[in-house]
Amino acid sequence: MAETRYSAAINRALADAMAADASVVLFGEDVAAPGGPFAVTRGLLAKFGPQRVRDTPIAEAAIAGAAVGAALSGLRPVVEIMFMDFMTFTMDALVNQAAKAHFMFGGQCSVPMVVRTPHGGGLNAGPQHSQCLEAWFAHVPGLKVVVPGTPADAYGLLRAAIDDPNPVVFVEHKGLYGTKGELPEPPAPVAIGAARIARAGRDASIVTYGAAVAWSLRAADALAKEGIETEVVDLRSIQPWDEAAVLESVGRTRRLAVVHEAVSAFGVGAEIAACISAKAFGRLAAPVARVGAAFMPVPFAPSLERACLPGETGIAAAVRRLMAHA
Amino acid sequence: MTPEPATARRASGDGDTVQADASVLLELYRRMATIRRAEERLSQLFADGAVPGFLHLSIGQEAVPVGVCAALEPADTVASTHRGHGHALAKGMALEGFFAEIMGRASGVCAGRGGSIHVADMSIGMLGANGIVGGGLPLAAGSALAHQVKGRPNVAVAFFGDGAMAEGALHECLNLARLWKLPLVFVCENNGWGEFSPLERQFAAKLAALGAAFAIPYEEVDGIDVEAVAAAAQRRIEPARRGEGPQILECFTQRWRGHYEGDPQKYRDPSNLDAARGQDALAVAAGRLAAQGIGAARLARLERSIAEHIETAVTAARAAAEPDFETALAGVYAGGRAHG
Repeated sequence: MAETRYSAAINRALADAMAADASVVLFGEDVAAPGGPFAVTRGLLAKFGPQRVRDTPIAEAAIAGAAVGAALSGLRPVVEIMFMDFMTFTMDALVNQAAKAHFMFGGQCSVPMVVRTPHGGGLNAGPQHSQCLEAWFAHVPGLKVVVPGTPADAYGLLRAAIDDPNPVVFVEHKGLYGTKGELPEPPAPVAIGAARIARAGRDASIVTYGAAVAWSLRAADALAKEGIETEVVDLRSIQPWDEAAVLESVGRTRRLAVVHEAVSAFGVGAEIAACISAKAFGRLAAPVARVGAAFMPVPFAPSLERACLPGETGIAAAVRRLMAHA
Repeated sequence: MTPEPATARRASGDGDTVQADASVLLELYRRMATIRRAEERLSQLFADGAVPGFLHLSIGQEAVPVGVCAALEPADTVASTHRGHGHALAKGMALEGFFAEIMGRASGVCAGRGGSIHVADMSIGMLGANGIVGGGLPLAAGSALAHQVKGRPNVAVAFFGDGAMAEGALHECLNLARLWKLPLVFVCENNGWGEFSPLERQFAAKLAALGAAFAIPYEEVDGIDVEAVAAAAQRRIEPARRGEGPQILECFTQRWRGHYEGDPQKYRDPSNLDAARGQDALAVAAGRLAAQGIGAARLARLERSIAEHIETAVTAARAAAEPDFETALAGVYAGGRAHG
């Protein structure tokens, strides 16, 4: 085990995947010579050369669309969209082309491509550089969506995403790039769709993903001081999501809060709350709670952004409300 | 339709139409006639209720896909449009899977999941008709990238209509293709109509000027003359294949039918429609064949054979099973399914 930064884990996953398979290519805005806007792809151009590691023009529709065509013609492209907000320009490629090709062509082909993109606020980057839009993609049949919250999962899920025959939206978090965690040696792929118990607890379950895993763990620490033992389930993957793991956890704790940075309305938490309410209604001691950002564009001013985004205080408060139900 | 590119392909000429020998032209005629008759049959089937959904016919435009695909190798790839039947058949799609698909059968080339607007056959490098105007352009660019990265001696062709010229995807792909010197041939089928509006109300520039802006070689051709299209396609495809980067071929052609079957075309002046129908790629080719000693009787025999093949395909499609829902549901993801 070695302490590794989240960004370095992604870099290593890319390097290992490219070394393992000559069909893996990397392209996006500033990913080659500049080494990536967040330095995630640094060194890969030197290692793998300009055929396989390419800077693109600022043209997200062409980046994503070319990835689909390349995947249909024998490559395994990994492309980067600099901020998740810019995914709006990739929607035709992902929603109409990539997501549907395997299905609508009767299984003749698969579309093994990965779109890496960072979401999330906390950097005072303002309304067009801070959004968490993963629910959009989870809503589309044919796409997979993964959101690693740790370096080990960033490595493992990226290897799995690159190996996957389906298009995968790989959501990173700008605020996590500099964080460190243990990376097993040798690092291993992590199965898409398998949740992880980040902290065990008997009183309530928090189901979360991405940067909100760390916030939830801090909330659980605070709650433990009050005698509330909170289980934190890191989904890691939201399409597919590990329904069995959540049902199992909730079956023990009887209380569930779904926590994510994205706004709650029509979101991942709504989907999980509906599913768990339908399948585990009789076992729930309290209505399923959702914790998310305020329903507003992510504001710029630090004071406003802090108030908008969820954090450990709000998460802990939601769990306390769950505990108020006998 | 089984393409025979080795016999149909011509060496590059010095400029004007390459004089194809009669057997080559006859083969091009056969392919065009197959597309024309298949689409006429689809039109009947649509009117009879045997073809569900939307149907966008390319009648009048047959010389473009046939001419271009005659200059392609089997492993070359094409991305198509919503008006994609001609591209599919010209690239070599079998009539059986074609009709079964458009009639919504399990034996369709896409298992009945795509229909007319998504006919595709990866085994022949046909990356799909496309429901999104301009949607095929980035796919072709990506396919060309794959050819380049893998070191394959192949090109990708992006068929698109004049209606796609205002789409950002075209402009992004011209730029990307030029920057990366992709083996990509942009083939515009300019029929003058983007859905229900004429080109001049949709696009303020000219494709030739776009080519010049991106320093991409551009050539235009009479899209009614299949020999001219084949020769021009050859002139554009070979440099792309040699690694000289993207090329543009603009084919001026005619849309005889509405945007979709059933479109009354009230937006179109009858004289415009008459003029379009006065330009007939089959008639042009038949005239040349007659001059080379291949007369009406021979073409009639060819037509009978095409009609028989089409009827066999239609009969088989009618008899074929409808697709199974559970099979379709299990086919959303490659290698199994995620949660819904």
